[in-house]
Amino acid sequence: MATRKGLGAVQTVLIHAFLIVVGLFFLSPFLWMVSTSIKPNSELFLWPPKWIPDVMEWSNYPKAIDYIPFFKYLANTVTIAGLATVGVLLSCPLVAYSLARIPWKGAKPLFAVTLMVMMLPYQATMIPIFIAFKNLGLVGTKMPLWFPAFFGAPFYIFLLRQFFMGLPKELEDAARIDGASEMRIYGQIMLPLCRPALLTIALFQLMGSWNDYQGPLIYLSDESQYTLMLGVQGFKTQHSAEWQMMMATLVMITFPIILLYFFVQKAFIRGITFSGIK
Amino acid sequence: MPAIETSAVQRTAPVSGIKRTKSGFERKITLFGVLFALPWIVGLLLFHAFPLIMSAYYSMTSYSILEPGEWVGFANYKTLFQDEVFWISIYNTLYYTVIFVPLSIVVGIILALLLNLKIRGQGIYRTLFFIPSLVPPIATTIIWLWLLNPQFGLVNYWLDKIGIAGPPWIGSEFWSKPSLILMSLWGTGQAVVIYLAGLQDIPQDYYDAAHVDGAGPWQRTRTITLPLLTPVIFFNLIMGTIGALQNFVLPYALTNGQGTPANSMMFYVMYLYRNGFGYLKMGYASAMAWILFLIVVLLTAIIFSSQKRWVHYQGKE
Repeated sequence: MATRKGLGAVQTVLIHAFLIVVGLFFLSPFLWMVSTSIKPNSELFLWPPKWIPDVMEWSNYPKAIDYIPFFKYLANTVTIAGLATVGVLLSCPLVAYSLARIPWKGAKPLFAVTLMVMMLPYQATMIPIFIAFKNLGLVGTKMPLWFPAFFGAPFYIFLLRQFFMGLPKELEDAARIDGASEMRIYGQIMLPLCRPALLTIALFQLMGSWNDYQGPLIYLSDESQYTLMLGVQGFKTQHSAEWQMMMATLVMITFPIILLYFFVQKAFIRGITFSGIK
Repeated sequence: MPAIETSAVQRTAPVSGIKRTKSGFERKITLFGVLFALPWIVGLLLFHAFPLIMSAYYSMTSYSILEPGEWVGFANYKTLFQDEVFWISIYNTLYYTVIFVPLSIVVGIILALLLNLKIRGQGIYRTLFFIPSLVPPIATTIIWLWLLNPQFGLVNYWLDKIGIAGPPWIGSEFWSKPSLILMSLWGTGQAVVIYLAGLQDIPQDYYDAAHVDGAGPWQRTRTITLPLLTPVIFFNLIMGTIGALQNFVLPYALTNGQGTPANSMMFYVMYLYRNGFGYLKMGYASAMAWILFLIVVLLTAIIFSSQKRWVHYQGKE
């Protein structure tokens, strides 16, 4: 559809109109969340609905923070996300380096297996891993949610490996001839070069742990260990829900991610496109 | 599958005259290769290979958390095939996969084509479409639960305004899955980004040449853009299918794990979870896990074997 001569005026207007309408469809649930989060009780079930409430009830936010132990859940979430991110940052580049830059015989088959594991459904291994953690007495703690990250994650290994492959091969040949050890080549030449890719995997792991629901649902039974995603369900009552407080909490757990996106947009886009294109 | 370079692996060791030295060098290289890959080799065995085998073993037992299981052979599988809810969950999951995945591909491509046009404000539009995919899935379910509220929801208000009596959405057996598909489509921004990158990879020369030959915009899209986009479509088809088969968080959170109304939202993984962690029938749930694994392998293989017929890889790489 890309043309060399550009589009006609009528076409341009039509396309803008279409994009604005569909764009509003995409954005409106989001705006509705923000709008509901500052509504007073009296305006919640107003018909017709109002986008901007007459009275803005900002106190929904502190009330929500008190209703569920918001900061406790936040601390739990940050602990899990932080440790898991450290885990993948320590393990994945090492493995990717071995697969991409060390000319050993096992690299190719190991890489093939890594690609296969990328497609393995989480549920296929979920139960035996749960039983193992149960036998170790670790179910109910946060550990099952971050510990495996220290042993690598297939998608990140794949992403970093592709990145390493793109670096010129003279880099470590020269260093090897100079007698640099593999550890030094890795730590002083390779790691600094792949900083952008490391940022991408850190971002994806942070987001993955932050958003994760199935993992915490299985492993965390005690409310004091809950993450935000489990905790926000606490606003639901038997037949209704504390809508405003729930929306206020959603705003608070969604905005950090969107903020992060605006700060490191490039790292986001790199991570998403890498898998699909390269 | 994306084209993957493998050349570096075959790179040989630097030239060395004496055979003994060379094999010594090779041994050293292998040692380092294994050492660097060690976390993943251990992780692969500990968190993937071993659990997958154990899962097959548990599926042949009556294991529950409360008591050690007994060997029951294929009894779990036999019971499963007579379990009505099992079949309902398969139907629901296939319904969702067959409608959502193609729909998300079509919507994703149309949006990407529009967002790739050279018009003003494109950066703003792209951000607009991408933001929903940043919203955590749990937040998505709660927002849409509120939007689709039959009495006070915004969606039915809009429908009412244009003279349509809104359906009860997730409260209805018929509308619950379409509601879910609508919500899932809302978060397809990531796929759009992948298609956009694919579009930007297509050389402008092709379009120029077609233009000279008098091809119109529709013809150029059909004969240049779409064929060259097929590797990206293929990738999204595989990943989308695998993801859709594991659909869990949205329907689980929407229905508080109940799969209501009338099991219309009981998806495969939800039923697996209920058996394993609700009823503690770990053996039974493991049988379901293995069947899911086999379905994923089978479908992936079918899609892979179809790629020769419709996926066009460019000569590059």
